[in-house]
Amino acid sequence: MTEPDLTVDLCGLRLRNPFILAAGILGTTAALLERVARHGAGAVTAKSCSVEPRAGHPNPTVLPWQGGLINAVGLANPGAEAMVGILREARERCAPLGVPVIASVFGDTAAAFGEVTRTLEAAAPDLYEVNISCPNVEAEFGRPFAADPAQAASATAAVRAATKRPVMVKLSANVNDICGVARAVVEAGADAIAAINTLGPGMLIDIRARAPILANRVGGLSGPAIRPVAVRCVYDLSRAVNVPIVGMGGVTTGEDAVEMIMAGATAVGVGSVFYYRGVEACEPLTAELCAFMAGQGYATVAAMRGAAHGA
Amino acid sequence: MAHDPYLALRVHNATPAGARGITLELDGRLEAQPGQFVMAWLPRVNEKPFSLVDDDPITLTIVQVGPFTERVQRLRAGDEFYLRGPLGHGFSLTGERPLLVGGGCGAAPLAFLAKRLAAARRPATVALGARTASELLLAERFARWGAEVHISTDDGSAGERGLVTALAVQLLSTGRHDRIYACGPRPMLDGVSMLCRERAVPGELSWEAYMRCGIGVCGSCDRGDGLLVCKDGPVFPA
Repeated sequence: MTEPDLTVDLCGLRLRNPFILAAGILGTTAALLERVARHGAGAVTAKSCSVEPRAGHPNPTVLPWQGGLINAVGLANPGAEAMVGILREARERCAPLGVPVIASVFGDTAAAFGEVTRTLEAAAPDLYEVNISCPNVEAEFGRPFAADPAQAASATAAVRAATKRPVMVKLSANVNDICGVARAVVEAGADAIAAINTLGPGMLIDIRARAPILANRVGGLSGPAIRPVAVRCVYDLSRAVNVPIVGMGGVTTGEDAVEMIMAGATAVGVGSVFYYRGVEACEPLTAELCAFMAGQGYATVAAMRGAAHGA
Repeated sequence: MAHDPYLALRVHNATPAGARGITLELDGRLEAQPGQFVMAWLPRVNEKPFSLVDDDPITLTIVQVGPFTERVQRLRAGDEFYLRGPLGHGFSLTGERPLLVGGGCGAAPLAFLAKRLAAARRPATVALGARTASELLLAERFARWGAEVHISTDDGSAGERGLVTALAVQLLSTGRHDRIYACGPRPMLDGVSMLCRERAVPGELSWEAYMRCGIGVCGSCDRGDGLLVCKDGPVFPA
């Protein structure tokens, strides 16, 4: 059999493989985005960005635990103006590799989502991710936009009005009805759905120190422990909406990615895997995906998509 | 797997280190390489990275530069102390006739290196610098590990007057050193790096950076070229 074709189409973008560096992991600089791209990513997402710079939460902000990672970085970022430079440079470095660069935007109001997008237009990112689902800034921002279909739709509409580029909305599993939120954002103009953001929030307590470990006390869970939740969400979402889904949450092997694709994902976000397998993680992930496809006789990624839904 | 990510330790011994620092010997040990670091956590205060001065017992030298390091100065024998590590990649230990160049707090990982070099019967020559005499750190530790210690201060209050890189130039002119190990402020590291190239002597530099996760995922410590100080370093080739 010929080598399986790993390319996927996401909103008209051609990805050489389905693995997308998730927002918030290693995406702080153009050099790091390029490094992840050089080591096999199909696309890379820069750190989520707001209109104004944010310092984020004090340390401890990221910790490993038995089931994965917990983090409350608190959306630290240099602000939209500085992000334009990072995204521009990242696109220059990644374009020759055939790797699209995704901008991730967030705001405290729907208008702010629009404003940051308008600023980032100067960098011409290949796609926008609308981050309405960060679970570790609730003390500051209140419930995430992703918790309510109308709020989620208003943030989506603001970004939609600010750009003609593809818009993907990142949803939270920390809601009663993720499919209802998905339908609302698609109605508001989303071209794709990313699911899921980190789960929770959760808390770790150091039992000798008798204190929550994270300075923010609570943080979002990622890694293997949340994968079954993410798979369930992607499975349900693929029946609820008719746009591509980027499935993410605890994927650390090529087989995990197959599971996500069979649940209905078009592409697969990865983040915590870089803790377990290093900056080069997308290389073994791609090799494992390829080996599974070859072994099972799948010629394309699309041929596996939604396979778990039956005839 | 342990329930908690941190080692829970107590301060065994706290001694002043220069005018604004403290050396903490903790009641535990690690198996670490010189140049590796730990994330030190004071519950409800903050968590910061520090190079190991020793791994048995775990020893850190911490100079006051901000609120966290100010709190550390108040620690006394018996107080709780939490850390995770060792993290990152350390020095190679391949130098046969090593020259160690330390500026300010940069003395910390080099003191640990001097111990390991002594154990390998390759006692180090050390160029130890600081702005002023009261900021010199760990000179007695280098001596304890049999190192030949040369001192410089910017103001001439101890040892030679001038930059520690100038002292390193003098020591290198003997031609007997086959590897340079350095830690200190960025301009000093740049100077040592240039020196390594000029003299064709291999060098290893321990970098400092603002860090969050310490485990290679958050991207806070990219040194500018996509290499992470926490994971790819903190020790890099000159």
